[in-house]
Amino acid sequence: MAAGAGRLMFEGFMVNAWEVSGIVAVVAGVVGFFTVLRGSVFAAHAIPNGSFAGAAGAGLVGVSTIFGLGVAAFVGALGIGLLGRRGRHDAVTALMLVMMLATGALFVSLGNQYEPAVYALLFGEVLGVSDNQLWPTLVLGLVCVAAIAALYRPLMLSSALPEVGEARGIGAFRIELAFLGVLALATAMTVPVVGTLLIFSLMIGAPAAARSLTDRPGVAMALSVVLALVVVWSAIAASYETDWPVGFFVGTGSAAVFVAARLWQAGRERFARRRRPRGRQPEGLGSVA
Amino acid sequence: MSLGFFVFAPGFWDNEAVHVALAVGTAVAIVAGVVGVFTVMRGQSFAGESLGDIGTTGGSAAALVGAGPLAGFVAVDVLAAAAMELVGVQRVRGRDLATGIVLGAAIGLAAFFLYLDSTQGSGNGSTVTILFGSIFAISSATIPAVVGLAALAVTMIVVLYRPLLLATVSPEMAAARGIPVRLVGALYLLALALATALAAITIGTILSTALLIGPAAAALRLTRRPLRAMLGATAIGIGAVWLGILLAYDSYHWPPHEHGWPVSFFVVALVFLGYLASGLVEWRRERGA
Repeated sequence: MAAGAGRLMFEGFMVNAWEVSGIVAVVAGVVGFFTVLRGSVFAAHAIPNGSFAGAAGAGLVGVSTIFGLGVAAFVGALGIGLLGRRGRHDAVTALMLVMMLATGALFVSLGNQYEPAVYALLFGEVLGVSDNQLWPTLVLGLVCVAAIAALYRPLMLSSALPEVGEARGIGAFRIELAFLGVLALATAMTVPVVGTLLIFSLMIGAPAAARSLTDRPGVAMALSVVLALVVVWSAIAASYETDWPVGFFVGTGSAAVFVAARLWQAGRERFARRRRPRGRQPEGLGSVA
Repeated sequence: MSLGFFVFAPGFWDNEAVHVALAVGTAVAIVAGVVGVFTVMRGQSFAGESLGDIGTTGGSAAALVGAGPLAGFVAVDVLAAAAMELVGVQRVRGRDLATGIVLGAAIGLAAFFLYLDSTQGSGNGSTVTILFGSIFAISSATIPAVVGLAALAVTMIVVLYRPLLLATVSPEMAAARGIPVRLVGALYLLALALATALAAITIGTILSTALLIGPAAAALRLTRRPLRAMLGATAIGIGAVWLGILLAYDSYHWPPHEHGWPVSFFVVALVFLGYLASGLVEWRRERGA
C-alpha cells in the first residue's frame, strides 16, 4: 500500500465512514447474535429488504431517508409479527417482503429516481456518509444496544428455552414483537450505510461464526461484535484501495468469516474426539435426520 | 364507446409486447403454482426467496458478458441450489442459516457485477431491470426457452409427485418405504431453481418469491389437497399476472405523468391481496364450522 493512500484513508470524509461503520458493526453484532440464536434469519433478511420501500417513498415525498426507512421497517416488523400468528410464518414473511419491495419499485418508478440512488440504497454507500448522518446513527445505535440490554434476560430465556419462558410469564409473541421492533430500529440506522441487501449478511455471518467458536453467550456476543468490526473495516479499506463496491467485500467477507469459523470448529472437534472416520455413505440412502 | 374501451386501453390486443408478456406470464404462473405448493408445504419459502435473490448475481453477470438474463438466472440458480444442498438445506436445524450465508455471499457478488455493469457502460439501467423485472421488455425469441424450461420443471414435479409428497409429509415414513429422501429433495430443489429463474424474468429477481409463494400459500389455505391446491395456485397466479399486465398497460394514462406504473408492482400487489382474501375465506369457514 502506498504511504500517501494510507494516510488519506483516515482523513476527511473517510473519518465518517470509519466511525459510522464501527457503530453499525457493533449494533449488527449485538442484534445479530439474537437473530441467529432465535433462528430469525428470514426476518432479518426481510425487514431491512422491505424497508427499501420506505427509503424510496421518502425520496418521492421529500422527507429524510432514515425516517422513511424507520417507518417501513416498523410496518414490516408489525406485519410479519401479526400476520405470522395465523398462517405459515415463512410464507407470510416472504409475502410481506415482496409486497414492500414492489411498493418500493413503484415509488422508484413514479419518482424517476436515478439508478445510482437505487443501487446505493440496495447495496450501501458507506464511503458517502455525511456529517449529519453521524449523530442519528450514533443515537439510534445506542437505543438499539440499550433495548437489547434491557430485554437481555427475557430474550435469552425465550430464545433458548421458550417453554420455560412461557411458564415464567414471558409471552413468546410479545418477545417476538419486541425483538422484531429492535430489528426494525437497527435496520433504520444501518441501511443507509451498508444497504438493504447487505446488513443481513453482517447480521448473520459474524454472529453465526462467533457461535460456532464458543458456547458462552456473553463471550459469543463480544466475539460477534469484534468479527463484525473486522469484516466492515477491512471491507472499507479494501473498497478504498480497489474502488470496488463496499457491499461486495461485506457480503463475501461475512461468508468467509463464517466458513473459516466452521472449519476451525470442525477441526477442533475432530481433534478432541478422535472419532473413527465414517465411511462414505451411498448417495441418497438413509440420512433422514 | 363501450365499457371494453375503458377496461382495455386502445392497442392492448394488438401490442406485440403484451402478447409476449401474456404468454410468458401464463407459462411462469403455471410452473410457479405447481412448484410453489411444495415449497410452502416443505417450509422452504426462504430457500425460494434466496434462490430468487441469488438470480441477481446471474442476471448481472449475464449483462456483463452480453448474454440474455434468463441464461444467467438459470445457471446461477441451479448452481446455488446445488450449493444449498451441499451445505445442508435438507436438515431443518441450521437450514436457514446455511441458506442465509449462501445468499449473503451471492448478493455481495451481485453488488460487484452490477458495479461493473454500470461502470463499463454496457448494462446501463440493469440494476432496476434485473431486480424489479420488466415483462414488457422480454423479446419473443425468449418464449421457446421459457416454455421449454417450464415444461421441464412441471414434468419433474409430475414424475416426482408421489415420493415427493410422502417425503414432504413424513420423511421417516418415506425413508422406511425405501424412498431416497435426500435425492428426491435435491431434485425438487432443482425444479425450484428453474421455477425461480422463470419467475425472475417475469417480475424481477427480488420479487420472484411473490409468484412462487403467494398463490400457493393462498391456495393451501383454501384446500388441504395438494392437487387442488396446485390448480388453485395456478389459477390465482395466472389471474394476478393477466390482471397485472392489463393494469400496467392502462396505467400509462394514470397520474402523475405519461409513464406506466411497473407491472411487477401490480402482480405482487394482486398476489398479496389474494393471500389476504384467502385468509378471510378461511376465517369465515372456521367460524361457520
